Order: sequence, then C-alpha cells, then structure tokens
Amino acid sequence: MKIADDVPSALSALDRPNSYIGRSVPRPNLARLTQGRGQYVSDVTLPRMAHVAFVRSPYAHARIRAIDRATARQAPGVIAVVTGAELAQVMTPWVGVLTHLKGIKSAPQHAIAVERACWQGEAVCAVVARSRAEAEDACELVTVDYEELTAVTDPETALDPMTPVIHASLGDNLTFERKHEAGEVDTAFATADEVVEATFRFGRHTGVTNEPRATVADWNAGDQRLTVYQGTQAPHMMQNLFAKHLGLAEHQVRVLTKDVGGSFGIKVHTYADEMATVALSKLLKRPVKFVADRIESFVTDIHARDHRIHAKIGVKRDGTITAFEIDDLTGIGPYSVYPRTSGIEANQVVNLVGGPYTCPNYRARARVVFQNKNVMCQYRAVGHPIATSVTENLVEMAAARIGMDPVEFRRRNLVPDDAYPCGSAAGLKFEKLSHHAALAKIVAMMDYQGLRAEQARLREQGIHRGIGFASFIEVTNPSAAFYGVGGARISSQDGATVRLDATGAIFCHAGITEQGQGAEAAVAQCVATAFGVPLDKVRVITGDTDNVPYGGGTWASRAAGIGGEAAWQAGKALRANVLAVAGSILQAAPEALDIRNGAVVDADTGRERLGLDEVARIAYFRPDTLPPGFQAELMATRHYVPRGWPFAFTNGIQASWLEVDADTGFVRLLKHWCVEDCGTVINPQLVDEQVRGGVVQGIGAALLEHCVYDARGQLLNGNMADYLVPMAGEMPDIEVGHVVSPTADSELGAKGAGEAGTAGAPGCVVNAVNDALRPLGAKVITEIPLTPDRILAALDKI
Amino acid sequence: MTERFCDLALTVNGEAVRERVDARKTLVDFLREDLGLTGSHVGCEHGVCGACTVRLDGAIVRGCLTLAVQCDGASVETIEGVADSGAIADLQQAFQARNALQCGFCTPGMLLTAQALLARGGVPSREQIREHLSGNYCRCTGYHAIVDAVEAVAQARAGSNKTKAAT
Repeated sequence: MKIADDVPSALSALDRPNSYIGRSVPRPNLARLTQGRGQYVSDVTLPRMAHVAFVRSPYAHARIRAIDRATARQAPGVIAVVTGAELAQVMTPWVGVLTHLKGIKSAPQHAIAVERACWQGEAVCAVVARSRAEAEDACELVTVDYEELTAVTDPETALDPMTPVIHASLGDNLTFERKHEAGEVDTAFATADEVVEATFRFGRHTGVTNEPRATVADWNAGDQRLTVYQGTQAPHMMQNLFAKHLGLAEHQVRVLTKDVGGSFGIKVHTYADEMATVALSKLLKRPVKFVADRIESFVTDIHARDHRIHAKIGVKRDGTITAFEIDDLTGIGPYSVYPRTSGIEANQVVNLVGGPYTCPNYRARARVVFQNKNVMCQYRAVGHPIATSVTENLVEMAAARIGMDPVEFRRRNLVPDDAYPCGSAAGLKFEKLSHHAALAKIVAMMDYQGLRAEQARLREQGIHRGIGFASFIEVTNPSAAFYGVGGARISSQDGATVRLDATGAIFCHAGITEQGQGAEAAVAQCVATAFGVPLDKVRVITGDTDNVPYGGGTWASRAAGIGGEAAWQAGKALRANVLAVAGSILQAAPEALDIRNGAVVDADTGRERLGLDEVARIAYFRPDTLPPGFQAELMATRHYVPRGWPFAFTNGIQASWLEVDADTGFVRLLKHWCVEDCGTVINPQLVDEQVRGGVVQGIGAALLEHCVYDARGQLLNGNMADYLVPMAGEMPDIEVGHVVSPTADSELGAKGAGEAGTAGAPGCVVNAVNDALRPLGAKVITEIPLTPDRILAALDKI
Repeated sequence: MTERFCDLALTVNGEAVRERVDARKTLVDFLREDLGLTGSHVGCEHGVCGACTVRLDGAIVRGCLTLAVQCDGASVETIEGVADSGAIADLQQAFQARNALQCGFCTPGMLLTAQALLARGGVPSREQIREHLSGNYCRCTGYHAIVDAVEAVAQARAGSNKTKAAT
C-alpha cells in the first residue's frame, strides 16, 4: 500500500516540536464511515416527519393552465398538495445576480413554478405524504394542463431576433457579457508566423454526487425556529437565504450539516426544490424531507461546462506565443442560479485563458445566454477545465504546426519561476507560481524521453499511443473579491474556536465544512500542531450554524488554506492563554514555557512541568488557588481572510499516456501524472487524493460525461445507465508530485488543492488523443466528450 | 389492497426479523426504513452505482434491485453486521490508512464488494481489482487509493496464510 511518507516536514515557520504539518496522518472521522455509521441527511428521520415528492414539468417550456389536485388529495398517506402560487405566499422569489458582474440579469425564480415552467424537470406542484412512496404515487394523480411553448435550446441562435425571449421582462436572452482586451492583439496576430484557429465544444455535464441532494426541514412553531438538516457546502449562506426568503430573522434558522455524500460544487447553490421543502415545513408546521432521486438529480442538480469557444493563437517560428483570442458562448438554464450566479463560469474562462504563459496580447469575449434547459452553475474547478483545454489544446496545436516538441514549446512560453510577483494578460495577479519547476518535475516523473521512444517503437507495430500535457493555474483561497464585493452574503473569512476541556483535550469548532476532502483532518492537524497536543486529543466540530464561528464553508478550494489558517491561529492563541495559566501555577514566565505533546514543558529543555489535565483541573475546579485578579481563558477564537492577494493562485501540470484503438475509437488510459503547487502541504496524502479524485472527474468530462438534450429541451440520458461516469475498470493509476511555494499571505502558507485535478485533466487527455491520432492524418479533435464515434469521425472512418 | 403486503421472516445480521412489508419495497429501503440500518445507501436506484450492496445468503447483491419479499427465509448481512463481526477489520483499517474513502457514501458497498473478491483468496492484480470493483461508483477518490487498499489487504492476507501454512 502506497501511503505518502508520514514524516514531519522541514518547514521552518511551522517547525513546532511534534508538528503534524506535512504528515499523512489518517483522517479522524473515517472509522465510522467504514462501519456504516455515517449520518447523511438521507439517513435523518424526525418525529412527525413527512416526505415531499414533486410533480415536474415534462416540457422544457410550457404555460401551466391548470392543476387538478382533487384525486391526489384523496390518495393514501397524502398530507398536502401544494402549488407554486400557494407556496409563493410563504416564500419570496429570488434573482441570481451580483453587482460586480456588470450587466448580469436574470428573472425572479420561485420555489415551485408559477404559471410557467421553464425547463424539463422544474417542479410545478408538491405532494407531501407520510412516505416518499405515497408522495410519488399521488404525484401520478395530479393532472397538469400544459400549453407547450417554444423552447429555446440552441445557444447559437438564442440572441437572434427571431428567437423567442424566455423572460419578456428582460428584453432578450442575454444573461451576461464580458469583453477583455490587453496588449496589441491585432498586431500580434499580424506579426505571427502561424495562426492556429479552432472551435472548441464542451459537453454539458453534471456532478453526479453519490448521495443525491437531501434536505430535512423542521419548522418548530413553538420555538419559532427552523432547523434544516442539509447536505450543503455553505451552511451560513443557506441560513441567510432561508431566513431572507421565509421572512425570518437569521437567528431563527439553524442549518445542520453532518456527513455529505459528495458535493463538488453541486451542493453550494440554492435549489428550488430545497427551498420548497423548507417552505413546506413552515406551511405545514412539521418536518419535511426531500431526497432527490437519481432522475431528479439529473434534471435539477446544476449542470456545467456547456461552452462553444472560437479560439486562436498566434505563434512565431521560434515558439513564442504572440497572442490569444477567444469568443466564448455558453448556454445556461432559464435562470441565473442564486446566489452565486451563472455568470461566474464564463467570467473564469476569460480570466484563465493563457494564464500560465507570458504572452501579453489577449482578446476575449464571453456571452452567457438563457436556455430552456436545466440550470448551469459552478461545479468543481469552475471554468478552469474549459480555459485550460482551450489554452493547452491551442498550445499543442501550435507546437505541432511549427514542429516543436510540446515540452520545449512550454519551456519557451511559461512565465519564468523568478518573475513573481506578476500579472497576467487577463488581469490576474500572481504571488508565486512554479510552472517551470513543475514541468521539470513531471518530465522526470514520467520519463518523457523514454515514453516518446516507446511511443515510436509501438507506432511501428500499429499501436497508437499518445502523450498530452496541460499546464494550468487554479484559483484558490478567494478573498471577498469573489462574491462579497458583488453583494452576496457569502463569507470569505472563516473562523475557528478552540477550547481546552476539563481533562486536557481540545475541542475545535470550525466554520468550514467537511464533504470528504479531509477538511476536519487538516483543521485538527493545524490545531494540534499550533497548540501542542497529540492529534487524537483534538475533536473538530463543523456544520452547525448555532455553534460554529461564522464562515463561508467549503468551496473554491478554501477550506484548508483559510479554515486551516484560522485554526492555526486559534491554536496559537489558546496556547498563549494556557501558558498564562500554567505560568501562574508554576510561578514561571509564560515565555519560558511551551506546550508539547499534551504537556506544559520548559521551552528550553523540553522538561515536563505540568499536564494539561492539571492546568484544566485548577482553572475549572480550583480557580480559587490562582492569584487574585487572574482569570483563566481556556477558549480562543480566531478568524482569517486573505488580504494580500484577491486569490491564492496555484499552478501545476498534468500528463496523460493513453492508447487509441483506431478501428473502434476506444481510448485506453494507461497512466496519468500531475505535479501541482498548493504551497504548504498540510497532509500530503489528502492533497494527493484530492488531485486523484479531481483528475478522474476531469477524465469523465474528457471521455464520458454528457447531458444530451434534444432540440425540444428534453434530457435524453438522465440516468446512470445512459449518462456514463468513470468507473474503476477504465481509470488509470495516477502519480502525483509537488512543488511547494507557500503563500506569504498566511502563516501556514497553504493554498487550495481541491480543483487542480479537474482543471487540467480534460485538456491533457484531449492533447494525448490528438497526439496519438496525428500521424494517422486525423482531424484535430476539439470537442469533448471524446466518444469513440468522434474519434472515428476524426479518422474519417464514419 | 391487503394482498400488497406480505409477511416476511428473515435473518438480518444474525438477528431474526419478522415484518409485514409492502410487496413493492426494495430490500435496501426495507433495511433503511424498517430496520434503521442506514449503512446501506441509495445512490441510483437502478443497479448502477453499487452503494446499496448487501449480502444475501452470502452473495453480494444490489439492495435496490432486490425486493424485500424476495428475502423471505434468507440471511441478509449489511455493513453494520459485517463490521461488528470483525471479519473485514483489516480491510476497513486499510481504507482508513490509505484514505480510500472521502465522503464515504460508496464505502459500505465498496467494502462488501472488495471482500467478495478477497474471499476468493490469492492476490489479484490491480486490473482484476479494478474489474471487480467496476460496478461500484465512487465520485471522490478516482479509485486509485481503493485499489491500493484492496491490493494491500490481499497481499497481507496471502502473507499471513503463507505464514500459517509454514507453521
């Protein structure tokens, strides 16, 4: 078994005795999950709990003329049958716009459709019953009289004057548009020796969390409080939204997040059916449970990545990139998703294209248009896979055009490692990246020259293997620049409270959440190290808005970098507090003492002076023995938000080694490598596993995953038999390496690592497939997923 | 409507259970809703994801493709029972040490499926492990760590068998 080395790191700033920073210690919360003792929201049962199922629109766009509920109301077990208009009496609609996305617009969205359904799958009526089965039975008995309307389903024609406007009040189907220009783009293209152009298409896909979205809402009319058990990434954000749209004060709402069966950005948005569940609980004054089934998940979990991009790159014969230009068109759903908006993905594409390279000339336009399809919003590595694919596919196409090795081509264009701090043509600011170190490392890890030789040797035997790379940058640790400045009440700061209990153990309440990444483990490692106790003495509590410090939660690769730093600072603060008590007991200067391995010791010699249990005993039970006027404070809270940089950018590079069967179009993945730089590595094994999981999600996008819609806006493959996801049999082993460039914005120096894998994998796999096919005279493929038929079409075989 | 409900007598994790169940109820819903055994999970409800994997008379089955009434007279084992028995303690430990689970939702099914392979004995290749697990969906790990953990347990068990044979 290949566990990353569990050895103490040599990081000077963090070089506390018995440091857990940089060690692959196992996560503390895993044992119960291997025993079937997890507590997912789908497991939650409350007294008097009812279940809701939704009647969903079979049409992509339809007027709701009438809803006949009489028969459904008489069905066994039915408690209530509620329409959108009725629910609108309890819950106000929302509009998914942010002020810093200039000009973005959307229409009010209701928890349940009122008068009109705008995508196939939008809820038009709710049935609440004693069991989910009975609720579903009664849904069958609700008769809805629809008038089908024209569905807008082609982004290319969404802005044509002849195309119906989905929301008349908005005037057109344009959600958001952004243009950017830097340098001398026209001149740069004019002076290029070669200009490579292509149109890239990215298939709409979705998160397919293994546990579907789940919510149990419990309005207690006696307490006038709403408790919501929700598998969410952002409990405080949801607390605010539930309160706001139910007309409650925020303190009347408690959001509890226990185990979450996967999220990946899927569970960080406002979903109409979840808002409806909460509103139904208020209406019915009893707990109501909603767990999406798999079909519902496909038609209502946010989709992502449906982009068409015309792009070009200018290049000199010596390999210098002269310019990048992109024109991005993306078709979202009928609404911009609340509260993060559906404009961020396209905005990120504009931000990130060309990001790893020195080229100063860049022109971009991105347009986001409404569609009568399921909503699109932020999913793991928002915009990154698209921007990285476009950039890296252009880079390898350009390298091929001038006959240069793609590694050498990158060496000549990647921003030098000694150029930082610096900015990009898109206007991003980089503190410290390491593209060249990462490139050198991956070339060594994979034995690039050896693989090229093997590729050539096998080519003679008619075996077509390909090598592809993708350099990337990743947005992590976002400051208020991401959402807060745009008016969203989504916290960029996060907090941690640590408390010495009466026997010397530590409780840590943290504002970030755990969805399996190991966020709680990272927090525990930071606290244990900063304070000075063995890891098993630290218990981390997350996911309870009544009890944890106010925070943003877990998204945009922020939990370890931001939540970890807050925990680190809180641990240090509590150490100072405890040493003040110990100094008082021992008649010693607190500076002469330290806490190591769970005991107060002399800082110089490490000699044990006092157990933490003894400090706690005196402080809690015999404070009368402490000097007059001395008050022990055995709890400390600290918060952290990045202030030096709007984002802590990370970087890395991936490589793919694969084989294409030129007769069947099947791709066999042989090996995948990723070198990334997330700054200080708190737990190498957890970082590696984030990368591996992310890579496979990216491979899914590259080869398999696609939400296929027809022209009428019907999702044709909304189930796991027809929508393909990566399974163990087809996935390769993945080697992960690191370069470490800590951010100086925090003491810990940790940046995020959760999205690097997903950011780079699709572009890298596409490059490898094109590399395998190039000598066969195939057309360059620029559309994913790379299905066998697309590969055979590129080979002119079908 | 009464004929829709059936009396059911079976053994679950070694305990005798008698319940009256809806004929249409799946085994996994029965385990979760009627017996409170929430360790078996519902992921896709059509036999693709494997999160509902349980043992029926010793063989792994999909709890979502099996009706509860089909299990009359049978012996059903879930992750709770198998975990409590200690039979897969080494496999659980390997999953923890190797971080072969993240959100943990697929893990009960993954463990029972892996154990079915390991119980055949020998040390399967990584390709055989991948093939055997290819009906269990994990969105978090990318599978590499799971394969590592299963491979390590296979090697450890083979090693200890050799030791036993030698002594």
